[in-house]
Amino acid sequence: MSEETKTNGPSAVIFRGGGFAPKSHRWVGPVVFIVLIALAELGTQTGVITNLTLPKPSDVFQTFIELYSSGLLWTHLGPSLTRLCVGGAIGISVGISVGVMIGLFSYVRAGLVPLVAALFPIPKIALLPLFVIWFGIDESSKYALIAFGTFTPTVVSTYGAVDNVDRTLIRMGQSFGLSWFSIVRKIVMPGAMAGILSGMRISIAIAIILLVAAEMLGAEYGIGAYILEAGSLYDLERLFVGVVILSILGVLMSSVIGLIESRLLGWRT
Amino acid sequence: MDIRLSGISHNYGHFEVLKDLSLDIPSGKIVCIVGPSGCGKSTLLRFIGGLERPTSGEVLQIGSPPSGCLNPLTFVFQDFALLPWRTVHGNISLVLEDHGIRGAKAKKIITDVLERTRLADFAKALPKQLSGGMKQRVAIARALAVNPAVMLLDEPLSALDSQTRELLIDDLVSLWSKKPFTAVYVTHNLAEAVRLGHLIVVLSRRPGQIREIVTIDKPLADRAYGDQDLEQQQRRLWEIMREEARAADSELINV
Repeated sequence: MSEETKTNGPSAVIFRGGGFAPKSHRWVGPVVFIVLIALAELGTQTGVITNLTLPKPSDVFQTFIELYSSGLLWTHLGPSLTRLCVGGAIGISVGISVGVMIGLFSYVRAGLVPLVAALFPIPKIALLPLFVIWFGIDESSKYALIAFGTFTPTVVSTYGAVDNVDRTLIRMGQSFGLSWFSIVRKIVMPGAMAGILSGMRISIAIAIILLVAAEMLGAEYGIGAYILEAGSLYDLERLFVGVVILSILGVLMSSVIGLIESRLLGWRT
Repeated sequence: MDIRLSGISHNYGHFEVLKDLSLDIPSGKIVCIVGPSGCGKSTLLRFIGGLERPTSGEVLQIGSPPSGCLNPLTFVFQDFALLPWRTVHGNISLVLEDHGIRGAKAKKIITDVLERTRLADFAKALPKQLSGGMKQRVAIARALAVNPAVMLLDEPLSALDSQTRELLIDDLVSLWSKKPFTAVYVTHNLAEAVRLGHLIVVLSRRPGQIREIVTIDKPLADRAYGDQDLEQQQRRLWEIMREEARAADSELINV
């Protein structure tokens, strides 16, 4: 030890344990949105950002109001929501069942995991022509596309979640003579719920992307058709209205899952 | 109902874990199984409970379980194994539901076992709100709810701190004194063994064989923390085990 350290008086221990502990700051998210929109408005009003680069947020809002008051909003949103709900419900429910089967039965796992791995990387939109041939040009091909697109991520996250269920809990169930079905229903499913729900967030985002893609390729009404039409006319205001609707849809879906999580997973610390 | 182990041997691949082990577990007694780590004592317990199958030998039940017994061989696990999404009440009702016991009948059983484990006020609590000792008491209450013929305790106090452990030993002793039950109690802690065991079975290191069976006649209720004669018993047990433990400690683990 040198002289210096000896002569130094007592000093406070430096605190270095902060951070890495997520806290809930609800107001930050909206503030980020508001600041970004305000900046865009300011930039377009003053001319720093030209009209060709970005439409004025206030104009976009105006267009949205027009769309709403003309009643066209629901003509577009209605079919889109139906497609999203029907396709998503089919894909997610089949995905969860297959995922649970893979998690529970090793033969199913051996047979289906390679298949799912082969299907996962296919850009599902590339299969739309095939689905049109199989299911027709109308709604069913769009349902099939969305269902197929949500199916693979749901399967993967579900069997991962089932694999992660605490084995000692399953052992416990067996040691008390619980039936196989009871163990699956009361131990495996609740234990896997957290993983299944977080997989659903991804699946729903994918469903929205595929919805728009399918509607761009062939639909009279729908958010995708609306965006395509606006895009081909270079009507940036309407394009942005469509994009904003999709974003809002995504945020809404994600908060619905958040609600389900807080209801079902309140037991978590 | 007695349990008889006859000629139990078990291998994991080339690895001999247990070798020709025979033992009688008399009803109404607590049999402690002690041994160095890796000697297969927990595996042995899983054989008794039917959660695993030995390579050779068999586990026999002698006599039939008493009437009203829902699950004759019932485990209490080291890590409690409570469902975190169910309340204390729900965790106990879980093991009754499959036997068709619901509603008022279930409530009566649950209230009774929670009272016996001094948890009556915590029926609505979630496991995350409970201390380790309370969690294990819930697990014991759950085991009592199915009215077991034999309780299989797999290092039930090993995940707890030493003070909580003392308290739970007292709880187990008073539970047994009020209503004697048969138990197989696996532990590596010799102090627990001399406090709770009527019979203490010392296993050798792998492959596990019975080194010695020690009988302690002093009634459970009269045994207390720091008793001279128990200390002596414990020292004797340690002398039997020391070499085994040392040798076991210098082996590679491959399970």
